[in-house]
Amino acid sequence: MTALSGIVVIELASDATAYAGKLLGDMGADVILVEPPSGSAMRSTPPFDGDEPGAERSLYWWHYQTSKRSIRIDLDQTEGVDLLRRLVGRADVLLEAERPGRVASLGLDDAVVRGDNAGLVHAAITGFGRESDRADEPVTDLTILAGGGPVWSCGYSDHSIAPIRGGGYQGFHIGAHYAVMAILTTLIERETSGLGQFIDVSQHAAANITTEMASYHWLIQQTTVQRQTGRHASERESMPTQVRCADGRYVNTGVLPRRPHEFRGLVAWMRDLGLADELPEMVFLEMGAARERLELGDIGRDDETTAIFAAAREAMAFIATRVSAVDYFLGAQRAGIPVGVVYSPEEAFEDEHFVARGFQTEVDHGGGRRVRYPGAPYRFEKTPWSIQCRAPHLGEHDGEIRAWLDGHDGPVST
Amino acid sequence: MTEGALARYRICDFTGQLAGAGATKWMAAFGAEVIRIEDPATEGRWDILRSMPPWVDDRRGVDFGGGFFNHNTEKLGITLDLRKDEARDLLGRLVERSDVVAENFAKGVLERWGFGYDELKAIKPDIIYVSNCGFGHVGPYSDFKTWGPIVQAVSGLTFTSGLPDREPAGWGYSYMDHTGAMYMAIAILLALFHRERTGEGQWVDMASTDAALTLHGPALLDWTVNERPTRRPGMPNGNRSLAGDHAPHGIFPTLGDDDWVAIACRDDRDWTGLADLIGDDWAGDTRFDTAAGRLANEDEIERRLADWTRTRDKFEVQRDLLARGVPAAAVQKPHERIDEDPDTDRFGLWPTATHQKMGDVRCDGLPVHLSRTDWAIERGGPCLGEHTDQVLTDVLDLSSAELAGLRERGVV
Repeated sequence: MTALSGIVVIELASDATAYAGKLLGDMGADVILVEPPSGSAMRSTPPFDGDEPGAERSLYWWHYQTSKRSIRIDLDQTEGVDLLRRLVGRADVLLEAERPGRVASLGLDDAVVRGDNAGLVHAAITGFGRESDRADEPVTDLTILAGGGPVWSCGYSDHSIAPIRGGGYQGFHIGAHYAVMAILTTLIERETSGLGQFIDVSQHAAANITTEMASYHWLIQQTTVQRQTGRHASERESMPTQVRCADGRYVNTGVLPRRPHEFRGLVAWMRDLGLADELPEMVFLEMGAARERLELGDIGRDDETTAIFAAAREAMAFIATRVSAVDYFLGAQRAGIPVGVVYSPEEAFEDEHFVARGFQTEVDHGGGRRVRYPGAPYRFEKTPWSIQCRAPHLGEHDGEIRAWLDGHDGPVST
Repeated sequence: MTEGALARYRICDFTGQLAGAGATKWMAAFGAEVIRIEDPATEGRWDILRSMPPWVDDRRGVDFGGGFFNHNTEKLGITLDLRKDEARDLLGRLVERSDVVAENFAKGVLERWGFGYDELKAIKPDIIYVSNCGFGHVGPYSDFKTWGPIVQAVSGLTFTSGLPDREPAGWGYSYMDHTGAMYMAIAILLALFHRERTGEGQWVDMASTDAALTLHGPALLDWTVNERPTRRPGMPNGNRSLAGDHAPHGIFPTLGDDDWVAIACRDDRDWTGLADLIGDDWAGDTRFDTAAGRLANEDEIERRLADWTRTRDKFEVQRDLLARGVPAAAVQKPHERIDEDPDTDRFGLWPTATHQKMGDVRCDGLPVHLSRTDWAIERGGPCLGEHTDQVLTDVLDLSSAELAGLRERGVV
């Protein structure tokens, strides 16, 4: 059994809802994607299979629409609106990102749909919330992240360079994650009350509370963090944590060694690499390793402690000049020092750890073709995550879904 | 006020910092009884945010960390010294009366205290156990240590934020602490829903690096299908269109100190709107009439566009472009989006919570509203052991004499 088996989700296809629908579908919900007759615009988003555009070739579409079925409905026709309302009448969840006026014109306003289906959970993802004066304004991944706060904290220490938004459509993801959390919360509540409810998700609000210190430093002490290269934005400049290794690639050294066992690890790592004789500060590392305790607060107060911590920084920088970023990552972690290699997404995907965890997931594309996809964000013991099926072709399930609705095909939802 | 959507649940909460605490913050805001269990011997310092800035005033110490206050709203806080048998006995009785045990320790910590999943199940057969650590409890790196920036580095998020031929810019904060917490919350909620329908508990092994790696789907498929790596010349491409199909698409300087505006043309219509607003000859250049033409001349367009934005106010550019239907957003500074933004205000995004020692302080709210059983955040994160007596009395029925004995023996 899957966690969401039997839960029927009607999703009106959009960039804002796509990931939420996938997260629900990959946990077993029956997600029915409603597309216009010509197909969703997302079908023409690059990259494409073999770099050749086509309605069934967008890899963006492939990724975001797994575990969904699709039905074409012309919502500009009365018949189409009726069909959608019948679908919603049978559903547990309506997931949409339409402009508020559009929702009303489709007859999907809360009071209307709930009259037919008291248990319906209706989640609306909009740029600024359904009640906003800005409800009809367009947003994109970039504008969500810029107006909502994340961008302010990201970029380079050189402020003549524009702030940089992180890649991967995170502006859409943040809103979608919160939508899923809210939908699940209401579904759980419905188990007792039997009643659905309306969920108003604001992408702008979601970005605003996904900025860590930038928000709560202002809220609590009215200070403003400033962006810095490769590390946390901060009111005052902090020491770099991103180090270039011998192969020209980078690692994030995170928090430098500060506990005696970490110094012991560092000493052993230096020796393993045959570098112990090359670093004059080695003696201080050994002192740190021999200490019973080390206090960061003693830096500047106690000469020996100050030298010990400075030696750690020297050693970490020195090792980087001699080894590749991957070797640095593995060597440091095996020495008990938290370090991360800066992988590109595909390098992480092919790394032995993720392969061993079974992260790579094969999806059947028919005709003997199997494609490797990113896998589970979480591992459930009893209700495993899985991609139920590849993204739907345009119109692929038109007949099946209409038949289900007409009651000829037996209930999909139990 | 109506009862919270999750008011029927009790959570034994060993989470810390943001990667874990953010998950149970959601649960608590919807009414779940979330009981944070902390170590009296270390004054709860496993969660380093207890004694880190920001501060409301000059007071310092484990009850004054602003991050802790923010991430632990609506939770109860108790102390138990789990090195002691008596404390482990009390924890067992608490688990017996709980629905969920949540933690984001390094692998093996809870097991060492005798509360691994098998032990938890023996105490409460339908318990839900959600662990969240950097590399998960299974796999070659499961003993490796992480924090947000390391998760981001290893999973590709750091790499994809930056300009070509420069070192990565990365994320200027622990985006994956937020996002790991979201996935942890989703995991808890899914497991609760499953238990509601079947009576069955389970363990969810969460690795924030796995969760992070799911956030680059199209790029990974470009790799597995087209063998095109993200590590290639011209990448990462800063603020340009990720799919490479729109231009101009970027962040441009405006009047002011470190002020910027984001502009995202999605198609020819958006470009026409932008070109009309600019009104200069260069913007009418026929080379820029098509997306292909604009992409081929993106450097030039960006240079000219920056010259145009540089003499203007960021909010004016935003307003004028949006009036033409073109997506645009001022890069908002914290005070602009928190104190001067009608939409975060209208949404009630910054509630004031009361903290036992800090008083009334604003914090992060939640970006959703539910029509019937909405969230509420009124209480700040707990002081160390603030609710020990209350919880041990109300949940475990201990007498005041028993409590006094526990305190005397250093158990709580």
